[in-house]
Order: sequence, then C-alpha cells, then structure tokens
Amino acid sequence: MPEVTTGWYLVLGAALFIIGGVGLLVRRNPLVMLMCVELMLNGVNLSFVAFSRALGDIGGQTVVFFVLVVAAAEVVVGLGLVVAILRRRPGATADDLASLKG
Amino acid sequence: MDLSVFVVSAAICLVGALGVVLARNPVHSALMLVMTLFGIAVLFVAQEAHFLAAVQVIVYAGAIVVLFLFVIMLLGVDRAQSLELDAMPIQKWAAVVFGAGSLVVVVALARAVDHPVTGEAAVGGAIDGTTPDVRLLARSLFSDYVYAFELTSLLLVVAVIGAVVLARKPKRVEQ
Repeated sequence: MPEVTTGWYLVLGAALFIIGGVGLLVRRNPLVMLMCVELMLNGVNLSFVAFSRALGDIGGQTVVFFVLVVAAAEVVVGLGLVVAILRRRPGATADDLASLKG
Repeated sequence: MDLSVFVVSAAICLVGALGVVLARNPVHSALMLVMTLFGIAVLFVAQEAHFLAAVQVIVYAGAIVVLFLFVIMLLGVDRAQSLELDAMPIQKWAAVVFGAGSLVVVVALARAVDHPVTGEAAVGGAIDGTTPDVRLLARSLFSDYVYAFELTSLLLVVAVIGAVVLARKPKRVEQ
C-alpha cells in the first residue's frame, strides 16, 4: 500500500497547471480561457498547500489565501472586460481581438 | 484510506480539468470547473487545510464560477461554439506536445526530489498538529502579512469599481 507523499500532490498540481496552460493556448473563447487561468491557479494552490504541510509552515496556506483573493478580483475585472467587449462585438474570439481599437 | 481519498479526488480533479479544456459548450466547461474545485477542496481537507477547503468551496465554486455562469448567460454564448476549437491545427498539436513534455519533466523532478524538507525552522506559524490551522492562519495573516492583507482589501474595492465601470452601457452621444 504506497503512502501518499508530498510528491504526489505536487505532480497533481503540476498536471492541473499544465492542463490549464494547454487549454489557455488552444481555446479561443475568452470565457473558457479565463476558466483555464483559474485551473492553473488551482494547481498552484495545491502545490502551495502541499509544501506548507511538508515544511510545517503556515506561510504556504497564507499565500493560498491571497491567491484566492487576487483570483476573485481578477475574475471580476476579466469578466467585466469580456462583457464590455462582447457587447460591442458579439461572437468575438481571442483571435479577433487583435488590436486595441475598440 | 489516505490513498483512496487521494486517488478518487485526483481523478475528479483531472477529469474536471480535461472537461474544462475539451468541452464545446462554455456552460459545460464551467460545470467541469466546479468539479475540479470540489476535488481540490477535498485534497485540501486531506492535507489538513480545513479553512482553505471551506474558503475554496465558498469563494471559488460558490462565487467565481457563479459569476462565470452569469456572464455566459448574460452574453448568450452558451449556444455551442463549434468552430472556435479549430484554430490552426499545428497550434493544437504543439500545445499538446508541450504539455506532455512538461508533465514528463515534472514527474521526473518529483521522483528525484521526494524529500523537500530542508530542516529550516518554520518562518510563519509552525504547523504542529495541535493548533487549529485557522488560528495559525489568522495569526500569520494579521501579524506577518497585515500589509498585504490591507492591500488586498484595497484591491477588492478597485476590482468592484472597475467592474461597475466596465459593465456600464456606453452613453449615447446626442447629435
């Protein structure tokens, strides 16, 4: 019966990060791209908590707390941007939004 | 017991992550994201980060994903986006190869370094199994990281103002 060590959590966190990263590169819908960013952040959160437990230091969990707060703020602003853009150009994808001109 | 919890939660997380990336309909992606977030919350509980697990469910799954769904429904993009996955097939394959290569590197690293403990004393609160993690987290947040804490509150106010400004309907200029 193998024991679940820190390395397992780190690999899972990295896998989530990589899946989110590949998704961010491949998908063109802005909303799905934002969801892939959230996936990446969750992978990082998992790694931080794994290290926090391995090193016996609460600092890792504090960082996760801040990551959660910043992710929430970023999603709010990002979705506001998406709403503002897609109202003007419905059906736009990330490839269409190639210039700063509104 | 630990192993089964980890394997089941990891499976949930990975299936959810793949679902987010591969689903055609953005609503399906959002629901798969909820699945991943719950899997992560279970893993947090397995690592005795109970407060973070609760916050993860309440904030991430309960607020952020709900916000995503609001915007999806508001903009009407829930009707299937069948064409937007076809961006340059070479880019898709390059991304998958890059992802697989990164995963191989990470697994190799994790196997080589399975003892991340350095022996240094804990900088923040030391997790010793007796003090609840909420108490340690609160002590750390309000003493060591109090400036960052105040700045995040400022960040949240700025984000709310920004969202209100961005989502306003543009004024019609009277000719």
